[in-house]
Amino acid sequence: MSTEWPEVIYGLLRKGGVDQFAYVPDAGHDHLIKRSIADPEVHSIALTTEEEGVGMLAGAHLGGSRSVLLMQSSGVGNCINLLSLIRAGRFPFLTLVSMRGDFGEGNPWQIPMGQSTQPVLEACDVTCLRIDNPEEVASTISAALTMAFQNEMPIAVLLGQRLLGAKKF
Amino acid sequence: MTDPNKGTRAEGKTATGHLDRRVAVKKLLDMQGDVLIVAGLAGAKGDVVAAVGDDPRVFGFGGAMGAAASMGLGLALAQPQKRVIVVTGDGELLMNVGTLATIAVANPANLGIICVDNEHYGETGFQRSHTGLGTDLAVMAQGGGIGAVRTVREMAELDDAGEMLRNSNGAAFVLLKVTVDEPPKMRTVWDASWHKNRFREALLGHP
Repeated sequence: MSTEWPEVIYGLLRKGGVDQFAYVPDAGHDHLIKRSIADPEVHSIALTTEEEGVGMLAGAHLGGSRSVLLMQSSGVGNCINLLSLIRAGRFPFLTLVSMRGDFGEGNPWQIPMGQSTQPVLEACDVTCLRIDNPEEVASTISAALTMAFQNEMPIAVLLGQRLLGAKKF
Repeated sequence: MTDPNKGTRAEGKTATGHLDRRVAVKKLLDMQGDVLIVAGLAGAKGDVVAAVGDDPRVFGFGGAMGAAASMGLGLALAQPQKRVIVVTGDGELLMNVGTLATIAVANPANLGIICVDNEHYGETGFQRSHTGLGTDLAVMAQGGGIGAVRTVREMAELDDAGEMLRNSNGAAFVLLKVTVDEPPKMRTVWDASWHKNRFREALLGHP
């Protein structure tokens, strides 16, 4: 996986004022996680389950901070009920989702949640922006930041397996 | 002896704790001074509103069960100069007990958690919770790595627990073993967006 476009994402998130990074360990977000841990200007918080990130993001907004949740598509399923906090409170919400069960997937256990990630998010009122090519990264992340924090919308950026590369088995 | 809960949904229910939840929560919160409060749904929110009133610096849940502690973490990290107190119940905390580990690792010095443990799910009709059957949330908080932990069973122990919440140099956790009863409902506005905007207006000066 190229380290160029992940660094573009990190730079845009920081420039966009994001200073809390909530994550669950994940290969697809490896660069962003490492960068946030090494950055003394941000809080980099390892979660035990993705739904903690939903609460954290809402709490960060209450306190005037901007935060992002980094998770895998399987983690989207863990967040569903807590997304009611985002919708009921009209909180801004930004998550970057590394896709599994997507283009070129070789593990059948990943298919059910991977294939339902976008419909599930949309059913919960989260707008999905998908990236499949490195050329789309900068414009999509910029759009997501504007929509999430200026427009106070719940936004998920789906990083497809065309972009990430499918895990080899 | 007549059941003090006669005629309420808690009639016939018993718990090992005997603190009055409204009295104990108020005493702890009164000791904290100027704080931001995240109140978990149902009974915990009622205790907070009864203690401090319908205050702009309280964000109370009406659903999204399990999110109070993680919301407190995000708020505490965003506002390191303010103390943040999460008030939640045993049922809610059991849903996301891993959050205790997440909070312990982040260890914000300005975050305290009060768990009001009546060993029952009051909102759904007072079914018994795990904490009435042997589960100890204070031990789970300690096991998660939180350094400052107290279990309060007697009123005389509240001063020490309140001091710890106020002065701890890391995340703190207080388990209140309270009686099972159904105190009067405290009605507030349901609209979470309205509460969010009011909270931010009070804290940040803008919605």
